[in-house]
Amino acid sequence: MLNRISTYFYRRPRLVLAIFLAPPILYMLVVYLGSLFSLLINSFYSIDDFTGIIVREFTLRTYAQIFNPANREIFLRTASMAAIVTVVDAMLAFPLAYYIAKFASRRLKTWLLIGVTIPLWSSYLVRVYAWKLILAKEGILSWFIDLFHLTGVLDWLLSFPAIGGSSLSLSPIGMFIVFVYIWLPYMIIPIQTALERVPASLLEASSDLGAKPFQTFRNVILPLAFPGVVAGSIFTFSLTLGDFIVPLTLGNSKFFVGQAVFSYQGTGGNIPLAAAMTMGPVLIMVAYLLIARKLGAFDAL
Amino acid sequence: MIKNPAIRFDNVSRHFGEIKAVHQVDLEIGDGEFFSMLGPSGSGKTTCLRMIAGFDRPSEGKIFLYDQDVSSLPPYERPVNTVFQDYALFPHMTIEDNIAYGLMIKGMPKIKRMKRVDEMLNLVRLPGFGYRKPSQLSGGQRQRVALARALINQPKVLLLDEPLGALDLKLRQQMQVELKNIQREVGITFIFVTHDQEEAITMSDRIAVFSEGKIEQVGSPSDIYERPATEFVAGFVGTSNLVSGEIAKRATGSAKTFSIRPEKIHLGFDGDTPAVGMAALDGTVREVVYLGLYTRYLVEIEGGVDLVVIEQNLKTTSMDVLSAKGQKVKLSWHPDHISHLGS
Repeated sequence: MLNRISTYFYRRPRLVLAIFLAPPILYMLVVYLGSLFSLLINSFYSIDDFTGIIVREFTLRTYAQIFNPANREIFLRTASMAAIVTVVDAMLAFPLAYYIAKFASRRLKTWLLIGVTIPLWSSYLVRVYAWKLILAKEGILSWFIDLFHLTGVLDWLLSFPAIGGSSLSLSPIGMFIVFVYIWLPYMIIPIQTALERVPASLLEASSDLGAKPFQTFRNVILPLAFPGVVAGSIFTFSLTLGDFIVPLTLGNSKFFVGQAVFSYQGTGGNIPLAAAMTMGPVLIMVAYLLIARKLGAFDAL
Repeated sequence: MIKNPAIRFDNVSRHFGEIKAVHQVDLEIGDGEFFSMLGPSGSGKTTCLRMIAGFDRPSEGKIFLYDQDVSSLPPYERPVNTVFQDYALFPHMTIEDNIAYGLMIKGMPKIKRMKRVDEMLNLVRLPGFGYRKPSQLSGGQRQRVALARALINQPKVLLLDEPLGALDLKLRQQMQVELKNIQREVGITFIFVTHDQEEAITMSDRIAVFSEGKIEQVGSPSDIYERPATEFVAGFVGTSNLVSGEIAKRATGSAKTFSIRPEKIHLGFDGDTPAVGMAALDGTVREVVYLGLYTRYLVEIEGGVDLVVIEQNLKTTSMDVLSAKGQKVKLSWHPDHISHLGS
């Protein structure tokens, strides 16, 4: 009997394929793309200002609202934060990734990779709240800064209106620190993977042909690791772009995109505007991914 | 002693922890020589090459390049270039940029270096390939690009690390001839690392045979083949029969171990008496392997040892040779064709 079932399937490889692929494809289509599609549809509805009821008729009015000055500023603020976090993460991640990929012994490499990924094992919420305490006015970081008599410098930094606030935990600087910390592993791993694939003989060849270490870095290592940097930046950029926990927990009262979406669809009850605002980051990321693909970033994932 | 050697190893050792990759090696390589380092993997030949290039540094001893002590210079300050086993072409650059890399680093202007690149592409017979990427080339073509990229810098010594290892037999034989021609043309000292004894014999002016971190013998290909100095050389370069003790005494009058190449032994069937002055032994044919061009016999000598004998099939057919199995034969050879071995 079992034999006959096996034979039946053996003769119909396409049926086997269909059975295996059906669940993930259904999931992708219904849950994943379906929700995105419903988001898209909702973004073309609008809300009746007077009654607060959603008008299910096609309109571009909601999209027009995105371009009002307040919302434009939210987009600009979020995208700048995402960009700066990405650049700083890349600069922090590269040396470590390079060390892990090219110098660390096998043993040390394992431990370093565990070290890099260990924060991902604990809840992201817990870590954000932990940082809230670290960055608080009476927190350990302020104490540490005071130890070096640098409180004046900190206060000076916090006095800038665009990035400052009453304490680190209530300022964009604090948000920036937490974003950089939280997404750093997502930058290290792809860069390390890309560097891992650069054969040692290429570096030797460069040196053999007369290139000093920084010339080898500039001409060989960096171009070959670049797809990894782009891959990592996809994570750091998109994760910052959509995040609402960090701006909600830390920072000042100025909205980020994720936070705005969160409040529009929740307390505001304005699902169409929330949907339209979500389409912004989605479109930015689609453009970003297309460029990244051109740069060969997906070969490094 | 070689006058003005290109490379001189002065008591060089390279130890990796307990492992003695290279141990107390003295060596001189002449200016303009095609010199091969031959040995099995792990014999220290590649480590020696890497120490000349500067990728490794000697634990002890010194390496001289035209009388300049280069032992502690980094690779980018040594006037030598390397052709790597895996070619190590930069995958993100065109062939042109790969070849021009050394000149670009030196700061030569683009127009000037592109002219040189064209010359090199002609030398390695790849004109018009400049705009391609390494991934679009075959193994043999990549090999030639790697050669061009090294030679364009006009190194004092060119190092080649098993450069033909990844090519198929036909291409390899073709590249052997080509490499030799290019070496004659440019007149640079070539140091060639290989584990293929045939390759070493075909191409080299001189060969150093490596085993376990030491040099067993240095000499011309004919020296190495016809006068192997040690049992290792006799066994590694070609096939050899080693004869010692009682049987050696019977053949040569001395119990000292000697080696004899299979093709140097004449196989005499019944009634065939060896020529005057030839050394001889009696034996029985145990195995016959017909190989088309020649036949390999395994002959058991009275007293125990087995000797391999190779005879060309000039007048015989497979029928003739296969019937030899089990026959009594007389093996003979010219006394000059044996080589007495050291330890």
